[in-house]
Amino acid sequence: MEMLKVLVVDDEPGIRSGIDRILSKFTVGYPFMDEDIGYTVYEASTGEDAIRIFHENPPDIALLDNKLPGMGGVEVLEYIKRNQLNIEVMMITSFASLELAVKATNIGAYDFVPKPFTPQELRSSMENITKHLFLKRMTQKMNKEGKQIRFQFLSVLSHELKNPLNSIEGYLRMMQERQAGDQIESYDEMIDRAIARIKGMRVLIMDLLDLTKIESGKKNREMQLTDLVKIARISSETMGPMAIQMEVDIRIESQEEFFVMADAEEMEIILNNLISNAVKYNKIGGMVICRLKEINKKLIIEVEDTGIGIPEDDIPTLFREFVRIRQKETKHIMGSGLGLSIVKRLIALYDGSIEVESHPGEGSIFRVVLPVII
Amino acid sequence: MINTEYRSLLLLADDDPDYLFQMKFALEKGGYRVVTAETMEEAELSLEREQPELAIFDLMMERDDAGFILSYHAKKKYPAMPVILLTAVTAETGRQFGSGSPDDKGWIKADLYLEKGLHPDQLIEHINSLLNH
Repeated sequence: MEMLKVLVVDDEPGIRSGIDRILSKFTVGYPFMDEDIGYTVYEASTGEDAIRIFHENPPDIALLDNKLPGMGGVEVLEYIKRNQLNIEVMMITSFASLELAVKATNIGAYDFVPKPFTPQELRSSMENITKHLFLKRMTQKMNKEGKQIRFQFLSVLSHELKNPLNSIEGYLRMMQERQAGDQIESYDEMIDRAIARIKGMRVLIMDLLDLTKIESGKKNREMQLTDLVKIARISSETMGPMAIQMEVDIRIESQEEFFVMADAEEMEIILNNLISNAVKYNKIGGMVICRLKEINKKLIIEVEDTGIGIPEDDIPTLFREFVRIRQKETKHIMGSGLGLSIVKRLIALYDGSIEVESHPGEGSIFRVVLPVII
Repeated sequence: MINTEYRSLLLLADDDPDYLFQMKFALEKGGYRVVTAETMEEAELSLEREQPELAIFDLMMERDDAGFILSYHAKKKYPAMPVILLTAVTAETGRQFGSGSPDDKGWIKADLYLEKGLHPDQLIEHINSLLNH
């Protein structure tokens, strides 16, 4: 059980021990929390004492009586805010000073309980402030992690964009300095290589645009009856030149037409990525089978290849951005490293799922399940 | 290097095929023979088979510390062969280290530590002086 530290600041010993008794037997739990939260209570009898304790052993929550012998509760609250201490404050006030309670919440107290209060009133106020504290910490944590991931993404991205620029610049400098002589033909290979790097960059930028569109939720989606067989055919034709070069046979196994309610462009991106991977990572003379079927009212897309397969250890990271599994055999295969990560995000838009089954050296099957059957 | 009779053999290891292409071109123009390697494994094999007179390793290949490992192995087997480590680490991270200080010499087993992006002519000058040409 997680324990929150509660400092009770009150000059009446009876109130302090009363709160201690009530809270020490009380825990708070919510469905979205992993574990219940309990309280460790300690006490201060003056505002000056409380401030000393804030620095020595800071609490998560302070229960502040307003009428204290020296400095008042509101002044302690002001001290907390001025020094930006990470302490949530609940004021304990008498009924007569409701105005003061409002002032305190304006300054930044989370809530107040009027004195005298019943144990139940105290418990429900504590429940609220605890939930608030929990959610506040969750968002802080998520913001921090989100920033971290974003930073990593940007640093890999700049690397991926800088490398081809460096090499293109290198070729241009060689030409500028006429390093291979005055015959333009001598530069043919350099020009071809530079163009290949530019193509790679273009693919990366296009993928990046897709990714940001999905991420920002700004993608225009047009749900309509879409024939998947037609899209699968277009995808295989797009891969045609490479398939011919690698002597890979692409087959589509499906009924004549297969209509689903989906965005045609999204289906095309999914099929393009899966089929192009299946061709790129195949063996010479290999085969790709794209199966479209319906099981339990759900659409199943299977893309099976007879390629080099994926080592089991690499499967968990396969759908992350810029993860391109490094193997001797895949070294020369071009790709942005974003394809599968885009596929996964698109599938999530449909509340679908994707799984991989792979046998290194024999091939892989990517299986997509989408609830889009009408 | 004006001597046209004999051309020393260099090993150049980097995971970017275009960088290899460009540097090989420049070094051959500078009068050297060059064998290239794109992976650590290829580099280790070439060291053994080709017995180059000097090796140039990129620091980050399939592993971030590939260059360190390669120079360590190379120096252990062929202590007399000069090794140059090439990297873009300082440009990218601002982190400075080199084989100059005695502290670094203890663990970086390279004769020379150069930042990528230097002009091929400068690299050739360094190679010439390491090979006493």
